[in-house]
Amino acid sequence: MLEFKNVTYITEDSSKIVDDVSFQISERFVAITGPNGSGKSTIARLVAGIIKPTEGQILLDGEDITGLNVTERANRGISYAFQQPVKFKGLDVKDLLSLAAGKRLSTKEACRYLSMVGLCAKDYIYREANASLSGGELKRIEIAMVIARNTKLSVFDEPEAGIDLWSFNNLITVFKELHESTKGSIVIISHQERILKLADRIIVIADGTVTADGTGEEIYGEISSPSGCKFYRKGR
Amino acid sequence: MELKSLDKEQLDLLESIAGIRSFDDSSAFNLRLNGSSVARNITENIKIIPKPDGTGIEIHVKKGTKGEQVHIPVLISQSGLKETVFNDFFIGEDSDVTVIAGCGIHNCGVEESEHSGIHSFYIGKNAKVKYFEKHNGSGDAGRRVMNPTTYVELEEGAYMEMDTVQLGGVDDTSRKTTAVVGPGAKITVSEKIMTNGNQHAETEFSVDLNGENSGAHLISRSVAKENSTQKFVSDIRGNAPSNGHSECDAIVMDNAKVVAEPRLSANDIDAALIHEAAIGKIAGEQITKLMTLGLTEKEAEEQIINGFLK
Repeated sequence: MLEFKNVTYITEDSSKIVDDVSFQISERFVAITGPNGSGKSTIARLVAGIIKPTEGQILLDGEDITGLNVTERANRGISYAFQQPVKFKGLDVKDLLSLAAGKRLSTKEACRYLSMVGLCAKDYIYREANASLSGGELKRIEIAMVIARNTKLSVFDEPEAGIDLWSFNNLITVFKELHESTKGSIVIISHQERILKLADRIIVIADGTVTADGTGEEIYGEISSPSGCKFYRKGR
Repeated sequence: MELKSLDKEQLDLLESIAGIRSFDDSSAFNLRLNGSSVARNITENIKIIPKPDGTGIEIHVKKGTKGEQVHIPVLISQSGLKETVFNDFFIGEDSDVTVIAGCGIHNCGVEESEHSGIHSFYIGKNAKVKYFEKHNGSGDAGRRVMNPTTYVELEEGAYMEMDTVQLGGVDDTSRKTTAVVGPGAKITVSEKIMTNGNQHAETEFSVDLNGENSGAHLISRSVAKENSTQKFVSDIRGNAPSNGHSECDAIVMDNAKVVAEPRLSANDIDAALIHEAAIGKIAGEQITKLMTLGLTEKEAEEQIINGFLK
């Protein structure tokens, strides 16, 4: 279970990006949504430990992980798929999947993860994860790495960003399957209605605070109604 | 052939540059140890002829020879030895062979050891050559210096793929590669270099694309650590309708310094020449990404460098 206790994050230039956010996540599939610039990605970075809260605590299964660095959190069971996948000169797809899995993968094992994200494995396995791959391909490899880690908490930051419609349909299938197979929690930051529809729970963030929180049905129904814009205002 | 005259250190050195501890009797080879040839084998198609003054060898590959390889490693374990060796390769038309050269210096003394290997390739029509050259140094106080020079002449339709690696232990190196490329011929050079301590490495590529539809593709990837310095110079001259591409990628760490001086000369309206250079430290986001996979910062750095130089 992931818990945020009164977490605030203020940048060096004194902008308050996350403002006293508290929640507990134990459901299998939780979507965090909200307008651009509302602080969603900052929350993901706070979970992964890339940035540290200015105030408040982050707990994983009751343990205070606020002071732990990225590596320590990864080893506690947190995975994080970046919104913008990182390119590597030299490391190939199999290398990255092996590092994610924590062991040298056989070609067959690596291919299985790639097939899960809809990539024809043999075309990719020895490709360098560099700019020669398209945004959609890198994104799917990024997701395959999180699947290979198989941890209790997986955070995906806008998996739909920068991928084409065809890849997106594939992506929905991937997340449907993950929803079924995960033994822990999946947290997805997303604007996409088809991803929100899969969620057991939706947390709405606006101006750095939680403005709505409820089951997927409740919140999705309200967001999609004509009066839904009230969720996107602070202090509802 | 088992190499009984070599001690363990020399065998280790051989393995580090050529990946072997003995020679295959069915292939051609020449082993130079501390300034003289100590083992040699020839085949029906590949002849190795020592130069009368002992300054090197001639390697003659018969026209149409396919799939053979020739090993010509150089080992130096004697501190203070300095030598210049001239090896000439005559590759017959339509042949397809692999040449594995390389030099290993184990200097356990205090004097400087130096090997300057000057290799000239004359590659006949439509012949293909794969050329591997690996340099490695080990030992204590004595400096280890290697200055490989490669000269390549490619006739019509010929192809040369050159792969050079130097991942450590060489204090000073000046590497010069010059190619003259004929019609329809192509050369690909890939170099990988890592320096640390106070080492210095210099690379100089000079290519003349003289024939119609000739091509050159030069790729250099290097890592400079600690106080080491590197210099990369490339000059591709498109003297005919041709394609030239050079790429220099360097990672700098600690107090290291890297200079890249690419130069392209289009002496023909249809010469298409490209240079790409990128020098900088490891991108912070690469380290962060690998840390999210559970690696420490140091492990992440190692993986990135190992991958980069793979």
